[in-house]
Amino acid sequence: MSRPRKVALVGNPNAGKSALFNALTGARQKIANYPGVTVERKSGRFILPTGEPVEMTDLPGAYGLDPTSPDEEVTSKVINGHFPGEAAPDVLIVVLDASNLEQHLVFAQEILALGKPTVVALNMIDLAERDGLVLDPAVLEEELGVRVIPTVAVRRRGLVELGEAVASAEARDPGPGLANLNQTERRVAAHAMADAAILSESKRHRLHARLDRMLLNPWMGPVILLVLLFVVFQAVFAWATPFADALDAGVGWLHDSVKALMPASLLRDLITEGVISGVGSVVVFLPQIVILFAFVLAMEASGYMARAAFLMDRLMARVGLSGRSFIPLLSSFACAIPGIMATRSIADPKDRLTTILIAPMMTCSARLPVYAVIIAAFIPNTNVGGGVGLQGLVLFVLYVAGVLGAMLVALVLRRSVTKGEASGFIMELPKYQLPRFKDMAIGLWQRAWIFLRRAGTIIFTVTVVLWVLLNFPQAKPGESQVDASIAGKLANGLAVVVEPIGFNRDMALALIPAMAAREVAVSSLATTYAVDAGDNEDQQAAELGQQLRSRWTLPTALAFLAWFVFAPQCMSTIAVTRRETNGWKWPAFMLAYLFGLAYVAAGATYWVAVAAGL
Amino acid sequence: MTLDALPLGKTARIAAVDWSALVPEEARRLRALGLEEGANVMIAHRGVLGGRDPIAITVGRMTVAVRRAHASAMTVEFLERVSI
Repeated sequence: MSRPRKVALVGNPNAGKSALFNALTGARQKIANYPGVTVERKSGRFILPTGEPVEMTDLPGAYGLDPTSPDEEVTSKVINGHFPGEAAPDVLIVVLDASNLEQHLVFAQEILALGKPTVVALNMIDLAERDGLVLDPAVLEEELGVRVIPTVAVRRRGLVELGEAVASAEARDPGPGLANLNQTERRVAAHAMADAAILSESKRHRLHARLDRMLLNPWMGPVILLVLLFVVFQAVFAWATPFADALDAGVGWLHDSVKALMPASLLRDLITEGVISGVGSVVVFLPQIVILFAFVLAMEASGYMARAAFLMDRLMARVGLSGRSFIPLLSSFACAIPGIMATRSIADPKDRLTTILIAPMMTCSARLPVYAVIIAAFIPNTNVGGGVGLQGLVLFVLYVAGVLGAMLVALVLRRSVTKGEASGFIMELPKYQLPRFKDMAIGLWQRAWIFLRRAGTIIFTVTVVLWVLLNFPQAKPGESQVDASIAGKLANGLAVVVEPIGFNRDMALALIPAMAAREVAVSSLATTYAVDAGDNEDQQAAELGQQLRSRWTLPTALAFLAWFVFAPQCMSTIAVTRRETNGWKWPAFMLAYLFGLAYVAAGATYWVAVAAGL
Repeated sequence: MTLDALPLGKTARIAAVDWSALVPEEARRLRALGLEEGANVMIAHRGVLGGRDPIAITVGRMTVAVRRAHASAMTVEFLERVSI
């Protein structure tokens, strides 16, 4: 046998496919992209009861083989064996939501009409029973001509039987197969089959309807969403702090240990100052990203995310987007990278592109250190009334400026560059479900791993390159290393450009490494001003604050803040944009327009502040 | 009457759909979700702000969110004593 047989899970969105996939393959999954498209390919190994290992793939959820989104196109091509470099699956498992048969049987018939070896998983049978439905799988087997196995993925019910059915699917006599009907005929047939398979039906469970009445209530719904968002933000920025501090301390310890162990050399500096400090400065954001994703995954798994999209659709429609853009933009507050990756669920390509282009304007967590240092140094800690501090207010204004900027840009883009048919909003509102711990854990682990892998590759490379730029050529005695370095020379050139918006040469120099990761701007300024970096970070920040106050004017500081609202996106964002848009055109456009906006915003801030006599 | 004008909580059947008024992909998606001629539908929720857009439609055992623009392409007729 040359390769393991391939088994693919296919079905409508919300059929519980992913939970079944997790139950069958466990945590050892391979996540990659289908080549050339940005659709996630999930595969894993499943051992059949016969002992034969098979390769299991979880195809993107689809409503039919006639694609209406990139996801559906992949599913359709893979099933038909038309996807380049991807062998057609040997056996298909059609996953049905047992409590929504008349809908899910439509697609099932389309698959079965292909005549491939197929098994049907009558999934979430427990929820159907909870809804008062009693089903007869034998009737469905009769109608569909294939094995129908009742399963409850989360309780591992029916998995062995499913494995046995898969093992014998290819040997099974295919029988006459299903007739090739059109969509309307299939729907009529699905209704008839569902009616025949449903033995009894008590009064339907009204839990979902009751929850929806509350959560989609025109008055309460938005309030609940706002409260929830507030909790999410609170969690991301407050709960993560102890973990981030611990990670930071760990990075510091590693840095000091290596420094103590190795003899002083350029190599040691590269490892400690370049690799450990550089990669470490990004890794400390892991707790924030994990916490944010815990909320996002829980909101998705429970079915609430679709309701949030419903509530936000009207607002998003005003700038030419739809409620579907809400989820990626929310994620972008932690980091634009997972946010941009989350745009994959947006079916309309123009909508998706617009969302990607504005995602970097959501104030990501990497800007916080920059904001914190500048605000602490220049904004007096006074009370503007009602217990609201001026510093907090400025921080809030910076966040709002990013959101408003993003909305304005979306409005302009949708009328120019990404002009197209008015994008619609068509979305199934799935049933509410309690999120399962195991599925959440697997999802979180996958996000964390993607982030860490990025830190280990792209950010690692950029950090090393920057370190080299900052350290070569070596300074002569008495000369500042920064002045002598290539980066210093670059900064001299850059300074000419940014002088009109109130920036000095030191700031120009800080902007270069900030391209790798925004928060590096702080450490870069610290290095440039030769602050004696003690062990105490607060002290270091305070000293940097004094340095800044003595060297920068208030308009300059405000311009610097305005700049960071818009511009210097990190390299990783550019890289992920390139991957998600399949080319350099859109990342280049994004870079250009964001730098343009930042330049104008910083310049305007500077000159207005100067004119106001600040 | 078109679907977007259906009062909240009233059940009706989709009698006709002006598919030409819809973007082809969206028309296909609506069909795939069961929003086509002959389907029994009910408006479960309306959106928040001005225009009460989007709307959540119960079709079969599913709830589907669509924009009013989609619903206005669908002509519905009332049903008597039919539950969906």
